[in-house]
Amino acid sequence: MVDSSVENIDVRPVNKKENRALFEKREKIQPKKARGNFRRLKWIIMGITLGIYYITPWIRWDRGESGPDQAVLVDFARERFYFFFIELWPQEIYYITGLLILAAISLFLVTSLFGRAWCGYSCPQTVWTDLFIFVERMVEGDRNARLRLDKAPMSISKLSKRVLKHSIWLVIGVLTGGAWVFYFADAPTLLRELFTFEAPVIAYSSVAALTATTYVFGGLMREQVCTYMCPWPRIQGAMVDEDTLTVTYHGARGEPRGPHKKGEPWTDRGHCIDCNQCVAVCPMGIDIRDGLQLECITCALCIDACDDVMDKIDLPRGLISYDTHVGQFDSNPERKLNIRFIRPRTIAYGLILALVGAVMLFTLLNRSILDVNVIRDRNPLFVTLSDGSIRNGYTVKILNKIHETRRFLIEVEGLKGVQAWLESGPPLGLPMLVTVPADSLSSYKLYVSVPAENLDGKSSDIDIVVTDFESSERDLQASSFKGPDK
Amino acid sequence: MSNKVEKDEITGTDTTGHEWDGIKELDNPMPRWWLWTMYASIVWAIGYWIVMPAWPLVTSYTSGFIGYSSRGSLEQELAKATEAHAQDRAALVALELSEVKNNDQLYQFALRGGKSAFAVNCSQCHGSGAQGAPGFPNLNDDDWLWGGNMDAIYETIKYGIRSDHEDTRIGEMPAFLTDEMLTKDQINDVSEYVLSLSEDRKDMAAVDRGQEVYAENCAACHGDNAKGGREFGAPDLTDAIWFYGKDKDIILKTISRGRGNVMPAWVDRLDETTIRQLALYVHSLGGGE
Repeated sequence: MVDSSVENIDVRPVNKKENRALFEKREKIQPKKARGNFRRLKWIIMGITLGIYYITPWIRWDRGESGPDQAVLVDFARERFYFFFIELWPQEIYYITGLLILAAISLFLVTSLFGRAWCGYSCPQTVWTDLFIFVERMVEGDRNARLRLDKAPMSISKLSKRVLKHSIWLVIGVLTGGAWVFYFADAPTLLRELFTFEAPVIAYSSVAALTATTYVFGGLMREQVCTYMCPWPRIQGAMVDEDTLTVTYHGARGEPRGPHKKGEPWTDRGHCIDCNQCVAVCPMGIDIRDGLQLECITCALCIDACDDVMDKIDLPRGLISYDTHVGQFDSNPERKLNIRFIRPRTIAYGLILALVGAVMLFTLLNRSILDVNVIRDRNPLFVTLSDGSIRNGYTVKILNKIHETRRFLIEVEGLKGVQAWLESGPPLGLPMLVTVPADSLSSYKLYVSVPAENLDGKSSDIDIVVTDFESSERDLQASSFKGPDK
Repeated sequence: MSNKVEKDEITGTDTTGHEWDGIKELDNPMPRWWLWTMYASIVWAIGYWIVMPAWPLVTSYTSGFIGYSSRGSLEQELAKATEAHAQDRAALVALELSEVKNNDQLYQFALRGGKSAFAVNCSQCHGSGAQGAPGFPNLNDDDWLWGGNMDAIYETIKYGIRSDHEDTRIGEMPAFLTDEMLTKDQINDVSEYVLSLSEDRKDMAAVDRGQEVYAENCAACHGDNAKGGREFGAPDLTDAIWFYGKDKDIILKTISRGRGNVMPAWVDRLDETTIRQLALYVHSLGGGE
């Protein structure tokens, strides 16, 4: 008699290499519900990640009169990115690059330590697919019930279950897209506008597009996104080595596998009783006993399933467990995990992380609140005036990055007999004092004339100095003054 | 080619019977996503033919259900842009030109409009940077033939110089040699005199003779002190700016043959707002008075 406490499941790993044909329709995977520590961990991470995603746009942050009070906001209209105390202008987009580098290196570090932890726990594709499978189970029941429902002829009950399931999926999709747009506009205002049909078309189309992708990726495509669309499974092999923790089937302990009857001895056979529970819970449709494979997202649900089985047949847990590549050849069930966290690879990733982080922190703390750009006219290069002197034109752009109006003095230095005036400004001879409104950019047309005899050649050096009238903060821009050939 | 379908041994797939240098083509089905994309494209194309302009006919084309045309859409967008600026355009026409500068927003609107209108209508002669060319004034400098304040510039643009408009500004540099008013020697003398106003000359006798010729023939327009006369658009002969170039041969040619360049009248080609925008833009280039 086969051990009655463990159900032997007739399940085919549909994504096993031999079972997969390129030209066949996809066979739907109906993962069985898993119970255990990793399943609990995944629920917790799902709650945290979804919570961050939905709550973030609603956090308020006071920035005074001239700034929005939303903590995280990508403001395309005003060309600003707000993140709590950080405010970025378009020309500071390199911070985003730095952030992306940090994210990438962190991903590399985590991958070299724990394998595809990102894929298994926190990737949006995984989180939303998990949520969609949860909805599916609530509506249609667990694996066996779903399989029966698939085979059953269409009926009112089947139809209503299907409609209910897809409706909930779509609602989740709408909520996903709906939360996304709040990152790009004042959330409370946009929420009201969305319901009163006053929101911009781009908001509705974004919601529609994200609803569609959420529904299609989470509900219909699922593991195909990871296997066929995502480049990461292909790249991550480069970060993994023999000390990386991955979900591992201990073949040396488990093989030869075979059905086991209660009371039979465990000598001359492996601990795997071939119950296929690990295959049944797998959302990727693979058999972990084939070893590490591209399709495995290391969600660890097979560990939960197998541990459950081991408990029932009174064997030590961990036939499938997080282990290193070396571990799968160790047949000792009491094997102690010996992980080398400190390795050349992890040290390198750690150093790069620290370096990029330090550079970003330094530049962020020393970020200037005044930016001046001087653009010299190129057409015409210079103008001869009636008294023979030479005039050049410049565009002076002043960025006032604080939330207060500031006054600046513009001065021109470096050439003898220089005269300077603003196209729209005080008359020649008076100080060129300009007012730049809070948190904005102002542009001024500056004309500079110099007697021809004071120029040595085609090009002379000239400095344009912008000084904060109150704080005396100074910004010197070196430029050149063009004249005729001598 | 035989009719019998041959199977590929390794994959077990039928072959198409096509063979090139021993390589046989397998008869695999199209990927489903590819097929569906193609069907969707066909449906899209048929829909497009019905809705949008598509097929050329002998003298016209199928215009489609929604009657779209790129020309029409451009017209719509231009009208929309004009409409969006209606308030600024009206304000620009209502105000005195010199008052516009007091309203920075309106002034910037005028400069932007002026800049683009200049590129389309004026840059062909005056250059894209308004730097001019021999015979076409540089509009950046502080030397103005007909006046450099906003109203003078406005009038020059509106009615032109020696144009076919009845209100045009007129002034003429006579052809002193062609019309036999001066001899070659006299023309040489007067050009020596003109050059002596801005640089040292060697032949002072010629300069002195030229001064007399100048007083009798040129001073009426260019002024006794040769500072020019805006009434006739006569250039200042003492400054560092030369309309046709600072070269004796050019000066001789100018006096001998005369000059009479034309600036078109824009009143019939551009609307009032655009002419005003242009006047403000040209005035802002650095030499405005």
